Amino acid sequence: MAYSDKVRETYQAQLKGIREAGLFKQERFIHSPQAADIEVEFPTGSPLKKVINMCANNYLGLSSHPDVVGAAHEGLETRGYGMSSVRFICGTQDIHRELESRLTEFLGTEDTLLFPSCMDANAGVFEAVLTKDDVIISDRLVHASLIDGIRLCSAMHDTIKHSDMGHLEEKLQLHADKRLKLVVTDGVFSMDGDTAKLDEMVKVCEKHDAMVLVDDSHASGFIGRTGRGTHEKCGVVGKMDIITTTFGKALGGASGGCVSGRRELVEMCRQRARPYLFSNTIAPVVVAGVLKVMDIISRSTERRDKLERNAAYWRKGLTEAGFVLKEGDTPIVPVMLFNAKLAQDFSRALYDEGIYAVGFFFPVVPQSQARIRTQISAGHETHHLDQALEAFAKVGKKFDILGKTKQEIIAKYGM
Amino acid sequence: MAEELKDIVLNYVTKEYLEDDSEPLTYDTPLISGGIVDSFSMVSLKRFLENKYAISIPDDEATPEAFDSVNKIVSLVERFVAKKG
Repeated sequence: MAYSDKVRETYQAQLKGIREAGLFKQERFIHSPQAADIEVEFPTGSPLKKVINMCANNYLGLSSHPDVVGAAHEGLETRGYGMSSVRFICGTQDIHRELESRLTEFLGTEDTLLFPSCMDANAGVFEAVLTKDDVIISDRLVHASLIDGIRLCSAMHDTIKHSDMGHLEEKLQLHADKRLKLVVTDGVFSMDGDTAKLDEMVKVCEKHDAMVLVDDSHASGFIGRTGRGTHEKCGVVGKMDIITTTFGKALGGASGGCVSGRRELVEMCRQRARPYLFSNTIAPVVVAGVLKVMDIISRSTERRDKLERNAAYWRKGLTEAGFVLKEGDTPIVPVMLFNAKLAQDFSRALYDEGIYAVGFFFPVVPQSQARIRTQISAGHETHHLDQALEAFAKVGKKFDILGKTKQEIIAKYGM
Repeated sequence: MAEELKDIVLNYVTKEYLEDDSEPLTYDTPLISGGIVDSFSMVSLKRFLENKYAISIPDDEATPEAFDSVNKIVSLVERFVAKKG
């Protein structure tokens, strides 16, 4: 037997180590649809508790919208439950192609290809379009899925200090002899909530004949005046060579993702990207839901406007209460606690006050950078935010961190 | 040459990877195993050294272990400079 007692003990020891380091994650069971108000069972077996959700990627509040749910139902009725196929064999329906066209138009690109997730899009895109003669230069804070995809590719890989365009220029000069150069960034960085300087990046890349890939998963649908994404905010629509994004956040919250960009690059993905070739197509029900989301966000900016107001209100409230926040103007607002155990205890205390917000710590964020990552939604009303601010202030006072600097919090709780 | 090379490598690693409020590096600080440098970022250091000393370090010798401290990097570079003759 491969799984002997000795092997089991090896893993038990590792898990014990994770617990003792204060890094063990526990799931909480939600017994309601995703929304600002949810019902949660935690710990396991406890009675259900009504709490306000402050940590979903449900930025536009569309994850349980009746129109989206209705469209998904219609998709089930008219196009069935599953395709039992990868795309290129018999897994492409008319609605897949329709969604690709809608996204191409919305994102301002030449073509789009759907993937089962943005994780899959990121896993497949690099290997499909680059070879060992090329170089990828990525920001040091890009999402884990981009790092995984880059690892699967034979191109050389280098990195730049976060958002440092001077460093980018140095690296592009260093690697000038490479056949093709691809610069990679998140649009909105998922852990810190700051935005990439895509306008400056495009200038540097054009000067050095380098392509740009942006993962806009935390931006599609709500960043930029009409919600098209970080490239719209930075005034560089039409200049992104590749955009990857997810439908699992603002765009409905179910699953799915895409690669969108230059026609030939998208076609290379269609021909060569392994997740496209070997993973099941997105289910028709999900495609139908995302199409309805595209209808909703294309006819009005009402939701992204409300999200912007909510995020500003939330950030102002936390700042006035005396928390250390990461700077930014997106709906991702990290409340910095630095110590992993403090982040877990703080999260637990918030839950007792009726607020659901999870602690983030190593390896999700670097050591000594633990935080509560709050995320605002257009589904939040002012009373949700006020209640949450009150709870944060109460818990902040309990742990004596209000008005304290980073150094003071670390001195009290350690790194 | 060894002392000059040590300082060149130390200065490069400091400028490339450290933030302003970081602890200063020593010649023996574990760079990769210590989490200061991710293994991807060795690429630019490798290219910098190859360009500066006109050497070529094969990928199978440019391991995380060989690049894990300034002293180890210097040993590696000296070996290839010596081979060049």
